[in-house]
Amino acid sequence: MRGVRSVDEVGADERAASLAKRSIKKASKLWALDLAVRCMDLTTLEGSDTTGKVTALCAKAIRPKPGDPTIPSVAAICVYPARVADAVEHLRGSKVRVASVSTAFPSGQSFLSIKVAETEDAVRAGAHEIDMVIDRGAFLSGDYQRVYDEIVAVKEACGQAHLKVILETGELGTYDAVRRASILAMAAGADFIKTSTGKVQPAATLPVSLVMMEAIRDFVRETGRPVGFKAAGGIRTSKQAIAYLVLLYETLGSDWMTPERFRLGASTLLNDVLMQIDKERTGVYQSGDYFTID
Amino acid sequence: MAITKKQSAELAKQVFEYAPAPEAIDHVHIAPTYGLFIGGKIVEPHSKKRFPTINPATEKKLAEVSEADAVDVDRAVKAAGRAFDSWSNLAPSKRARYLFRISRLIQERARELAVVETMDGGKPIKESRDVDIPLAAAHFFYYAGWADKLEWAFPNRKPRPLGVAGQVIPWNFPLLMLAWKIAPALAAGNTVVLKPAETTPLSAMVFAEICMQAELPPGVVNIVTGAGKTGSLVVEHPGVKKVAFTGSTEVGKLIQRALAGTGKKLTLELGGKAANIVFEDAPLDQAVEGIVNGIYFNQGHVCCAGSRLLVQESIFEPLMEKLKRRLSTLRLGDPLDKNTDIGAINSRAQLEKIQGLVESGIEEGAELYQPECRLPERGFWFPPTLFTNVSQSYRIAREEIFGPVLSVLTFRTPAEAVEKANNTPYGLSAGVWTDKGSRILWMAEHLRAGVVWANTFNRFDPTSPFGGYKESGYGREGGIHGLAAYLDLN
Repeated sequence: MRGVRSVDEVGADERAASLAKRSIKKASKLWALDLAVRCMDLTTLEGSDTTGKVTALCAKAIRPKPGDPTIPSVAAICVYPARVADAVEHLRGSKVRVASVSTAFPSGQSFLSIKVAETEDAVRAGAHEIDMVIDRGAFLSGDYQRVYDEIVAVKEACGQAHLKVILETGELGTYDAVRRASILAMAAGADFIKTSTGKVQPAATLPVSLVMMEAIRDFVRETGRPVGFKAAGGIRTSKQAIAYLVLLYETLGSDWMTPERFRLGASTLLNDVLMQIDKERTGVYQSGDYFTID
Repeated sequence: MAITKKQSAELAKQVFEYAPAPEAIDHVHIAPTYGLFIGGKIVEPHSKKRFPTINPATEKKLAEVSEADAVDVDRAVKAAGRAFDSWSNLAPSKRARYLFRISRLIQERARELAVVETMDGGKPIKESRDVDIPLAAAHFFYYAGWADKLEWAFPNRKPRPLGVAGQVIPWNFPLLMLAWKIAPALAAGNTVVLKPAETTPLSAMVFAEICMQAELPPGVVNIVTGAGKTGSLVVEHPGVKKVAFTGSTEVGKLIQRALAGTGKKLTLELGGKAANIVFEDAPLDQAVEGIVNGIYFNQGHVCCAGSRLLVQESIFEPLMEKLKRRLSTLRLGDPLDKNTDIGAINSRAQLEKIQGLVESGIEEGAELYQPECRLPERGFWFPPTLFTNVSQSYRIAREEIFGPVLSVLTFRTPAEAVEKANNTPYGLSAGVWTDKGSRILWMAEHLRAGVVWANTFNRFDPTSPFGGYKESGYGREGGIHGLAAYLDLN
């Protein structure tokens, strides 16, 4: 793992900053906002989550703007394992997928047997996608083998479910480590690599995402297997969402601009995107009261 | 309606072609004709002659600019001479105040200046907006701070200004080069006569307005427009005590000859053929950005451009693949569009020079690569170009192209990299890309170049001296070193 090519921090920051200055207007903005909805993992990960909360979110996921059928459904609902059954029930008949966090989210500090069992139970409850966390303790102490083996074991426990591997980049310290963890997760079988749990600051940032996307690009070049990317945590505005799409477009290309290969994990982003779509269509901002709070 | 993956990807290609995002130009006023800035006023040229300046992206005329003749230049130098006494004896803190004021006015009028720079020169608005104008303001700000600290800058010396400085600047960074020249000259107590390039005189004329707005005493700054003839009148005028020139090595040599024996102080900042050296342990994705920034920034119209890429053989293939992919994402087109990466070539003459050298590269046997790239119908354009299979002896590896053309060579060891990098008549800049700190230091010690960038390229700061070895010129601009060129320190 130490042989993985390094990342120059200054250069990565500069590149991300320059892409964030792209000016996305009119038709391309509308298209990007529509894609942002289609690629969204609408998330609720609170200790206080209840059946009622998840039910409301499911309705929002299927029909983000009641009365406006041109707004697509989001890609998935992302919940704790114990809430998977609720989500499955209320999303039945829709195309919205159910994603469950797993493996002692968010810290990952538990036994492998429990992580595997948790994953199996979540899949059994109907989760289509599993968002696992890597064991940062093992990673930072240099025990890459253990991180790798855990991902392999969880991937196996997933069965048909898609596996997203959360690196929790805010705890990794350097872009070199982010790149190393990205390569490790992909080699171990991740279908997606994901920036953050949303429980640690900093969460997703543009330069970290750039580094991960570049790792994906190199991995695809070596193996031919495409891996998806998910940015999560702290993405609250349309402007931020568009910046991620620009980064994706100019780094991995248009093949990645689909929910099968790109996700935005967010809890409050959706309403801002809906508001901006209305603004682009009508030329004026609508009151926040026209957008449901779920 | 469900959209399949393929449809969605197709849609991305069709629709995520960024919609035009042009910078507004309605706030910019370009006059139909411009006079000369002499003695604090805009005056009609004695020559009565004017020449057009055009927008190289559209070939449309922007304005008519005066062509200064010998009488005009004489008037300008005399105005500067008359202003010298009071300016050089002004309390240094008061000189500083004028420079601070100019810096502030450049910042206040930054958008206007950026648009003028882009329309007159063809460079992308994102560069004039984010690089040229902020750096020009920063130069005035930086040198303003030195004006009352000259004796601290040069302890135990008696720094005295030289007199009238004659300054001739190029068309690649019009306002920034003006700032590099005027800011240190004024801070040191000199007065100046500046001749901007004939293809890009407009930002200097806006600067003349800024001088008046700042209530700079008449004659401290004089701006005479014209072509090479006007430039030679400025440098050869007997009233000029110090000449500063940035431009081609060819003209630099002519100036040096003309000034021999006159006792005028001279600094020259000339051409370059910089090596950008990538070692096998380099952070490749960032190196690719550095290579792109090194040669395609400002269409390659950069004297310190990294026009020779030296790649360690073991990473040649992956690096070329990454670089070619990256070239295909460069957006060439309307320089006023905020998403444009590559703008227009500055002039027809420059375009023809680039075309000629690229043809010579093909004839000599180098392999050409250009990404798919639609060039606008009107205006002067050249696609980002990359040559592989280049030998040290090819013209494209030796001569300054001053366009978006990169020549790629390979090396095996650090010693070979140094040898190849130094094997050029120029020596302005170099870049080193490696993860190993000790190698950066070793390379910096051995490269014969005025600037060596490590894991970055084309990075400028007013505090950092800039200048060349060998035929890239002599003297330094920027930092304390830049002040020394405008002072008598004996």
